[in-house]
Amino acid sequence: MRLRVDWRISVRLVGTILKWLWVPLVLPLVLALYDGTPTLPFVVPIAGTVLVGAGLERLTEERNLQAREAFLMVSLSWLSIAVVGAVPFVLAGNGTLASPVNALFESMSGVTTTGATVIVDFDRHSRAVLMWRAVLQWLGGLGILVLATAVLSSLAVGGAQLMETETQTRDVNKLTPRISETAALLWKLYLGLTGLQVAVLYGLHLVGLAPEMTLYDAVAHAFTTVSTSGFSPRGASLAAFSPAVQWAVIPFMAAGATSFVLLYFTLRGDVDRLRESDEFRFYVGILGFFSLAVGTILVVDGGPHTSLESIARHAVFQVVSIVTTTGYASTDFNLWSSAAKHLLFVCMFIGGMAGSTTCSIKTLRWLVVVKAFRRDLFTAANPSAIRPVRLSGGVVSEETIRDIYAYTLVSLVFFILATVFVVVDASRVRLTVTEFEAMSAAASTFFNVGPAFGLAGPFASYEPFPGTTKLVMVFLMWVGRIEIIPVLVLLTPSYWRS
Amino acid sequence: MLIIVVGAGEVGTNIASALAGTHDIVVVDVDPKKVEELTYASDSLALEGDGTSLETLREAGVTEAGMVIASTDDDETNLVVCGTVKTVGDAFTVARVRDANYLGTWRQSSGAFGVDFMVSTNLLTAEDIVRVVGLPAAIDVDPFAGGLVQMAEFEVVAESDLAGETVAAADRFEALTFAGLVKDGEVVFARGDTRLDAGDRVIVIGRPESVEAFSRAVAPVGSRGEARDVVVVGGSDIGYHTANLLEARGLQPRLVEEDPDRAWELAEALPGTVVLEHDATDVEFLRAQHVDRADVVVAATGSDEKNLLVSLLARNLGADRTVAVVEEGQYATLFETVGIDVAINPREATAEEIVRFTQEGQVENLSLIEGRQAEVLEIQVDAGSVLVGRPIRESVPDLPEGVVVGAITRDHEFVVPRGDTVVEPGDHVVLFVDAEVVGAVMDAV
Repeated sequence: MRLRVDWRISVRLVGTILKWLWVPLVLPLVLALYDGTPTLPFVVPIAGTVLVGAGLERLTEERNLQAREAFLMVSLSWLSIAVVGAVPFVLAGNGTLASPVNALFESMSGVTTTGATVIVDFDRHSRAVLMWRAVLQWLGGLGILVLATAVLSSLAVGGAQLMETETQTRDVNKLTPRISETAALLWKLYLGLTGLQVAVLYGLHLVGLAPEMTLYDAVAHAFTTVSTSGFSPRGASLAAFSPAVQWAVIPFMAAGATSFVLLYFTLRGDVDRLRESDEFRFYVGILGFFSLAVGTILVVDGGPHTSLESIARHAVFQVVSIVTTTGYASTDFNLWSSAAKHLLFVCMFIGGMAGSTTCSIKTLRWLVVVKAFRRDLFTAANPSAIRPVRLSGGVVSEETIRDIYAYTLVSLVFFILATVFVVVDASRVRLTVTEFEAMSAAASTFFNVGPAFGLAGPFASYEPFPGTTKLVMVFLMWVGRIEIIPVLVLLTPSYWRS
Repeated sequence: MLIIVVGAGEVGTNIASALAGTHDIVVVDVDPKKVEELTYASDSLALEGDGTSLETLREAGVTEAGMVIASTDDDETNLVVCGTVKTVGDAFTVARVRDANYLGTWRQSSGAFGVDFMVSTNLLTAEDIVRVVGLPAAIDVDPFAGGLVQMAEFEVVAESDLAGETVAAADRFEALTFAGLVKDGEVVFARGDTRLDAGDRVIVIGRPESVEAFSRAVAPVGSRGEARDVVVVGGSDIGYHTANLLEARGLQPRLVEEDPDRAWELAEALPGTVVLEHDATDVEFLRAQHVDRADVVVAATGSDEKNLLVSLLARNLGADRTVAVVEEGQYATLFETVGIDVAINPREATAEEIVRFTQEGQVENLSLIEGRQAEVLEIQVDAGSVLVGRPIRESVPDLPEGVVVGAITRDHEFVVPRGDTVVEPGDHVVLFVDAEVVGAVMDAV
């Protein structure tokens, strides 16, 4: 049987990405040297990735990437980076992270910007290991592939196909005609946002408003905020810091989940684009509506917070954190009333704007679903009427609408199946998991949010789940992050057969 | 001035006969029959030949011509004619186009295609339709003096309060002049004792608000005031522009188009319009769409026959008013005879616009009434005019028979013309003039 896919090209390009992974590994290595903690966990993967990457690069000379090969490359690269990312955790051999399944879970949760952790005792891990988690998330934030695109396109690889497949950037109307320039612009913006947040957080520390926020904490949190991923080197997440820090983090989470193209134009002074974007208004409306709803419930139901400021802060923080799929906790929202928790649960399904670092279904899709359904209601009453769906003045093609309907449906089916699996697998090992805990854990991993409710709550961890469940969750995070299709395509026979 | 008109179709012929009185006209057409017909019909020189060829244009005298009007039925030909003219001389070029696209390009960069003035038939027709839609019962509406003055033609229906009254009795509207009537196809100048009979058409000139008030009085009892619910049938370019202009006026028109692809195209281009993909001659469909309750139905399909059929169907179902586009000028009267309220002929509208433009300087604006039996002219008077310096009552005897002073504007203000109104130099005067004395009136004024 002859394969229709030239897998050598895909693997070869994955090799190129692996080869460059030594660069981000240097940061925790330097920290380990500074702290005097073990450096071996970082030296080994540095040597390994360079060797393996260079080896894979020798597979073929061909570099012409077609759409078919791009799917394979996208799926493989996320998987292989997750595997490489797990190596330092296993080699460090501390606490719950020492087990390979846990290490893979943590690493996949990192690179997919999920933020679900299996760490039980944060004090057992070195600062270098905790920083590596943040670095993984920061890389995964804008998509390693954008970085790769910038690198690979300089090698005259067809970068356009990559951009197509990496759906995060599908809505990036090319800012410049050259893909590598666009990628470079996006990374500059990303870097700028991250740097600004480090400055703000550390600035708060310097003026005495955030005694806990050291430079190390500021960098680690900036890495995981702008990438809307949510790992914190503290077991108590953002609850470990002062209210000023919590307020300061909110706009950065929100910005990370705003379309980078819009951000770019806004920074250039073109504010009209922001105002005229239907999706942006919808996104802001969602954040406002749910913040208000959760805040009202907290006031009515009493709950753990006493002052109006703390209720407002925690309501806005938690809603922004969950909608943008960051997953930070400013308080243990497990203690909130059932109504408030269920509202937050709904937020997991929304996501931020397309073309940002966010995950989940994304506001663009929901807006199109809402508009298309309203249109369908109209045509049900007026069968011969023709009414295109409009978004920010433009017309959304019917093909796109069909794709979006299908994607939303498939996402929800994935979520249901995952929930059932979590419940069944838990009862196999006699672990008590309620339906709500199972649903929230499934949604939280598949939509790359991070914390769930109950068992895997904001201050708890995913450690208690059986190994099989964790492996399925690794799959869910992987599939959810690259928006299902690149992985599912690989599972169809016609993809491979000639 | 020597004016060359390329294309002896309806538009060209209309222009030629309108201008023949005051200018030297050479008409060029490729069709020898048309050339022959025209030679006998009007006081102009007709020349057989291709207007896009330099040789023909030279023969027509392009180097001495002051103006070249390209008015064939083909957009591209007209543009090429203008471009060609510019290679040999600096005659002022006027092009008639259907496609508003060209107009867009031309407006963006003046002088594009070598055209100095461009008229888009389709856009012009759509503007006409929308003006007529705006006034209940109006058959024709034209703005004058930058919109300060309106000329409108109405039909007096039997149910109207005005039917059976004399002009003197009906003349109770402020800032409105009864200019004339059309009785059995003949233009009659209004006098105090002229009776308004059902079926007559009345031409009034006045302030837009007064014209609107008049239109409510003349409209059949029970009809609603301003049109809100408009159905445009046919997604032709004219249909598109009509819907677009109605949208701009804040209405939400419905547009019916049969072809699925064109319907999609229109739906994408017209966010404020409900586009319906269906055959508009399907009575069941029209009934389901409650066309009987529509204020106005505009038939703008590409074919006259279909427009007639659609309008009659809508009329039959009970639509308040029907407006139809008629490409073939000679059918216009027929359409209105069989019960269609307004028939709009794109070619006539175009000819009117071009003639209006040609007369500029001398005549600022003009409307043709009832197949050119009469004209409404806007003229800025100077000190040499017979009108200036004395009350209208005194100056009228010095003018030929068949002139009515409809309205005066002074410094962008409307002045109601009464017998004792004194006309000052620089005033804009809107006159209703018998076509036979237009030349004489223009000389005097």
